[in-house]
Amino acid sequence: MSNNKKAPSRRAFLSGSAAAITGTLASASTANEADPLITNVQDWASFTGDGVDETPYGLPIEFENDVIRRNVPWLTAGPISSINFTPIHALEGTITPQGCAFERHHSGAIELQKKDYRLMINGLVDNPLIFTYEDLERFPRQNHVYFCECAANTGMEWAGAQLNGAQFTHGMIHNMEYTGVPLRLLLNEAGLNKAQDLKDKWVYVEGADASSNGRSIPMEKALDDVLVAFKANGEALRKEHGYPVRLVVPGWEGNMWVKWIRRIEVSDTPVESREETSKYTDVLANGIARKWTWVMDAKSIITSPSPQKPVTHGNGPLVISGLAWSGHGKITRVDISKDGGITWETARLGNQSETKALTRFYLDTEWSGEEWLLQARAIDETGYIQPTKHQLREIRGENSVYHNNCIQTWNLKATGEVENVEVS
Amino acid sequence: MLKYLSLIIVSILATTPIFADSKLGLGRTALPSEITAWDVDILPDGRGLPVGNGDAIVGEETFANKCASCHGDFAEGVGNWPALAGGFDTLADEDPVKTVGSYWPYLSTLWDYINRSMPFGGAQTLTSDEVYSIVAYILYSNDLIEDDFVLNEKNFQEFNMYNSNGFIIDDRKISEYPIWSKEPCMENCKKSTSITKRASIIDVTPEETSTEVEIKQSALSPVEKDTASIDPKLINAGKKVFKKCKACHAVGEGAKNKSGPQLYEIIGRKMGTANRYKYSKGFKVAAEEGRIWTEELMVEFLRKPKKFIKGTKMSFGGLKKDKDLNAIVAYLKTQDN
Repeated sequence: MSNNKKAPSRRAFLSGSAAAITGTLASASTANEADPLITNVQDWASFTGDGVDETPYGLPIEFENDVIRRNVPWLTAGPISSINFTPIHALEGTITPQGCAFERHHSGAIELQKKDYRLMINGLVDNPLIFTYEDLERFPRQNHVYFCECAANTGMEWAGAQLNGAQFTHGMIHNMEYTGVPLRLLLNEAGLNKAQDLKDKWVYVEGADASSNGRSIPMEKALDDVLVAFKANGEALRKEHGYPVRLVVPGWEGNMWVKWIRRIEVSDTPVESREETSKYTDVLANGIARKWTWVMDAKSIITSPSPQKPVTHGNGPLVISGLAWSGHGKITRVDISKDGGITWETARLGNQSETKALTRFYLDTEWSGEEWLLQARAIDETGYIQPTKHQLREIRGENSVYHNNCIQTWNLKATGEVENVEVS
Repeated sequence: MLKYLSLIIVSILATTPIFADSKLGLGRTALPSEITAWDVDILPDGRGLPVGNGDAIVGEETFANKCASCHGDFAEGVGNWPALAGGFDTLADEDPVKTVGSYWPYLSTLWDYINRSMPFGGAQTLTSDEVYSIVAYILYSNDLIEDDFVLNEKNFQEFNMYNSNGFIIDDRKISEYPIWSKEPCMENCKKSTSITKRASIIDVTPEETSTEVEIKQSALSPVEKDTASIDPKLINAGKKVFKKCKACHAVGEGAKNKSGPQLYEIIGRKMGTANRYKYSKGFKVAAEEGRIWTEELMVEFLRKPKKFIKGTKMSFGGLKKDKDLNAIVAYLKTQDN
């Protein structure tokens, strides 16, 4: 059982590859000896590979087995009520594969079959209803890509640079294409006449697991873009993401995206549940706390280079790659600084920006071994510009846990190694 | 905020045709008994509270049995589990201590949360009176009531929580967005910059492992290792049943105590002897008597835990089906080496 084998550590990886960093190269290099990978017939070019059905449901090839969710054990009392992190440093594009999308449970990931699934709509509705899973698939459905970010993402960085990796500082996020029924269709099915004036009404949503995580959502949002979703990225939701049905609350903090959703109650007041009073509220410097801070403000992160993704190829062309998102709408622009925020240049957006979804950005640049203080700042369609950590602290102090959307700084060193730092 | 809401709703109502009453006739009407079973949330004004009562004297005992293994005998919190008492006047300090007493704005939240979500690993097993008494004990631990004060659904409203005025509604639209929506600076944005903090100095980032490690560990797990004499299907069934237990109990070599004692080599072990675990009186007596966990006794215990060991802290109600009991014992046995 004493199996302590580790994947190659960042340090070993770096020292092994440091030899490759040899001065600037103005053009393609030359080789002195022929590459045996080319001149010798390789096994894979001679023998046959796996047949079909070798893995009826495919997993990534073993060479990618370091692209996994990871947790930070000291953050929580145990894994049942805990969180882990998406390996964003190792992913590209914008869609997060379900198998490595972060998990956050309050009482563990339960196994609830479709045939045992029930969704209740009650409270101030004309006719309280029960839906089965099958019923949900008979409503008109829609497909949308949305990011889901835990409000605590980057929460460990309020007081200073703490965790060394984009996965750990910014990995409480995933981005999937959801298939689901607009919540307003289900509410309409139950009838909202009894609720009368809708502007001061709420829906309370609750999960079927032992934590019965519950949140209050204002009717305005419930009737807008909230989805009752049963597929993600084309397939069933994973157990850890609320199979068979979860709530999707675009642009708003992940805790409201109730998994295993079993009940939706129309109410004349918020419930003020544990998750919306003692948690997911933001203590300001004077001890007063903000509540109902639902929207995730614009944010960005350079995923490569980053501490878990050092520069190993030496000087010359370098692609800076990252992600940006906003709970208020589309990302319109991302700027990148290499000198800790003194000068900025505008990055190239790598995909058509979608509302409340991840946008990939790139800066195709050159590196000649100098030390950089890399930063990215996102700008969204409302004109909001992602603030620095100092700007956030000036208004909120350092006692908040949630909603830290500050500009992150990575220190790229001459060795190609990257470290999470804070700058003046 | 309300003005803003009403504007939005008017625009949604105007552009969304679904309010033309186009129902599909899907679903069925919820029965009153079904709504009663699931709609148990308690509102800030006390709506939803069942008839019942409890005081801190009774609550102390209930708390010790059902809550203290994580929250501490005095609601002070054990390890990373939340403290529920104290922390008054620390919210403006560098490290605010946010407890029920110092932070929670509504008493209803406490009743609602305990009733629906606690105890951890045994949610929705408390009676209303138990919830009232636990709530009373937590209030008492925060010096908010005397220990003989009987809390009930009627006097619930009289409570003003210490931090009830400590919250404001999200004001980012006013306090932040205008400041951070100006034309962004592109050049000479500051005179100089230097590194003030480094993550490597704190050194709290976990070492990275790959799935290879995890796969090998599970390949070596006792379940797959020791299946010579026991039906592997039974063991696997037991592993599933054990999901009910694993919030509080760890198994396997090197298992550590959680809110319940570790269960490595539990069958054949002397009762009440997990190193450093704080047992109930009942188990302390069993340990003194030198009682041994046999398969038969484990079945008996898991069928009706509270009958088997009076005063056990284990909040789990018990397994009803013989097939589950046999399976879980088979699973626990494979923890032997």
